Amino acid sequence: MADPDLVQLLTPEGERAEHPDYAFAGDDDTIRSLYRDLVLTRRIDTEATALQRHGELGIWASLLGQEAAQIGSGRALRRQDHAFPTYREHGVAWTRGVDPLSLLSLFRGVDQGSWDPEATGFGLYTIVIGAQTLHATGYAMGLQRDGVVGTDDPDRDAAVIAYFGDGATSQGDVNEAFIWASVFNAPVVFFCQNNQWAISEPIDRQTRIPLYQRASGFGFPGVRVDGNDVLAVHAATQAALQRAREGSGPTLIEAFTYRMGAHTTTDDPTRYRLSADLEHWKLKDPVERVHAYLTRHVGAGEDFFSEIAEEADALAVRLREGTRAMADPSILSVFDQVYVEESAELAQQRDEHAAYLDSFEDATDGARR
Amino acid sequence: MTVMSYLGAIGAAQREAMEADERVIIIGEDVEANVYGTTGAGKSRKDKGDFLEMFGKNRIRNTPISEEGIVGAAAGAAMTGLRPIVDLSYSSFLYMAMDQFVNQVAKNRYMFGGQASMPVVFRSAMFYGLSTGAHHSDRPYPMFMNVPGLKIITPATPSDAKGLLRAAVDSDDPVLTFEACTLWGSKEEVDEAEYRIPLGVARTHREGSDVTVVAISGAVPEAIKAANALAEEGLSVEVLDPRTLVPLDREAIVASVARTGRLVVADPAHRTCGAAAEISALVAEEAFGSLRAPIVRVTTPDTQIPFSPAIEKQLYPDAMKIAAAVRRVCDVPEPAQETALSAR
Ligand SMILES: Cc1ncc(C[n+]2csc(CCOP(=O)(O)OP(=O)(O)O)c2C)c(N)n1
Repeated sequence: MADPDLVQLLTPEGERAEHPDYAFAGDDDTIRSLYRDLVLTRRIDTEATALQRHGELGIWASLLGQEAAQIGSGRALRRQDHAFPTYREHGVAWTRGVDPLSLLSLFRGVDQGSWDPEATGFGLYTIVIGAQTLHATGYAMGLQRDGVVGTDDPDRDAAVIAYFGDGATSQGDVNEAFIWASVFNAPVVFFCQNNQWAISEPIDRQTRIPLYQRASGFGFPGVRVDGNDVLAVHAATQAALQRAREGSGPTLIEAFTYRMGAHTTTDDPTRYRLSADLEHWKLKDPVERVHAYLTRHVGAGEDFFSEIAEEADALAVRLREGTRAMADPSILSVFDQVYVEESAELAQQRDEHAAYLDSFEDATDGARR
Repeated sequence: MTVMSYLGAIGAAQREAMEADERVIIIGEDVEANVYGTTGAGKSRKDKGDFLEMFGKNRIRNTPISEEGIVGAAAGAAMTGLRPIVDLSYSSFLYMAMDQFVNQVAKNRYMFGGQASMPVVFRSAMFYGLSTGAHHSDRPYPMFMNVPGLKIITPATPSDAKGLLRAAVDSDDPVLTFEACTLWGSKEEVDEAEYRIPLGVARTHREGSDVTVVAISGAVPEAIKAANALAEEGLSVEVLDPRTLVPLDREAIVASVARTGRLVVADPAHRTCGAAAEISALVAEEAFGSLRAPIVRVTTPDTQIPFSPAIEKQLYPDAMKIAAAVRRVCDVPEPAQETALSAR
């Protein structure tokens, strides 16, 4: 039985489904390209996890199981839209053209995230839970002031999407973002990936009602989509973004999904959850269902799938080699971006630190400055 | 006596306090599953002594992911007579609850004319030195030292952690405990029986006559290492850990400097308005006449903390920097050849 409160356009078995309010606005070629993004994103994730295991990354936050939520929503964005991610949005980053190597350099500790948020329309990763929802709201209000909302020019009208998890919905910041977006009618889509876990805490520690229903209390629409269905996510996000761009205000999308992996590579989920759940969710895999659809209904053949597999292999090689080749940052660079203009106190501390580093005979020559 | 790790000692103190007093409860994120290793006997939940099994969900409780809520609700719970131990995981997330800490928890006793106590312990860990980046690595105890009404403890060894935490639970005023992750794995012999270390009593780790090194939290083992190495160079270094920053054992610090005539303060917090600044000011005011050299602070520069392990590890006070500071105040030259410390 289909759940009437859950938008689903592609079943776990790979069959298309109808919905009274939402339709997927693409053809089978679009679905092929979505499939490609799903597979490549999963591969980035697998490689990153392996690199972390080999000591090449400090930590990694896997998106396993959440590929459809991220690719479906990311692909609904236009160039001029702007996304505010958490630390897990590697799939959205991919859709924004962020080189996955710049995600890996962050998790390797080489930099704090080196992509250009303006050029990519993809903000920097945020670790403090929920903070980015306020930034998204402020950014959306900035778009209103810039006059790029509700102009009827599809190349001009812009919207913002804020990503966050189910755990984040308990934060004051997130609830305040809802209020602000609502009263200012800001062009922002709140995209909650309800993967049902916040580290060791199950969703029932954050809410007693389905999360999407909270939106009505704040005065804007909420919708729950099958987060493992890339077509439904795409359709719902596209509709919400369009609403925002037209000047009709915020929407909350709850993408109902499941965190298939650990919270991060330092977490051990066997401490707190049952493997039976995992088995159940494996049957709803976001990539497999598209594979099934393409095979059964579109006639995608061996050559299509093997081409993508080869592309994934090549990407993996590039990520492995690129990661290992990353140079450590220069040591004194940490003093560079504290203020626009270095204060006298900081300049002195910088000189003291340099002198301290010089006291090592074999100090990393040249790497310092 | 038994060998305990720092984490194990915190777990032991919490278990003791829970067993001793029904009013003690633990709330926070991820406490039920013992994710951080302080709400169970060991790292595995199968070990005997899992808190959830021992005390049940009424006394150990996962909270929604909302620090302002956790701190505020703990304050409310304390008003009913409970004695909550609040687990805030990372010290960097205390900021989420700043109003509750500064305006409510700290001022409650005063604002209510002394009618309501606030017997809450707020635990958090400073995840510095582990390459966890700018949003995880803060050592924010000095900010809270600036708030009247809060007590601040910074235990540096397993035995201090157990005794101080136990005393903190007894306090009718709110206590914040800052635990350095770099110390989590450190081990020593700890008394399994109940004991308390009163707040406001410093510990002298090593006696010396040439210079006093006041070291805080993760800087303590570094200071001891420096002192041992400097002994071979003929310098006699006293290492003193205040253990609690509010209240601060002013007499012990002043008395030590009065004997040695020199002071180095090693403090992993940022330089500006750090604990080291407060201790330096104290000595300048109270022991100026004893000083034979200017005071030297060894702190973390006023920069953000990068993810990069290559950059990060050099930012904090370590034995090398502390030793260099000691030589400076003692006016002895840097050794020409390699020492035990510079070979790294
Ligand atoms: C303000 C704050 N509190 C606590 C943490 C520690 N923490 C990191 S991730 C996480 C769980 C977040 O869960 P959710 O929002 O559901 O996102 P998910 O990680 O499942 O994608 C917590 C509590 C944090 N990073 N920031």
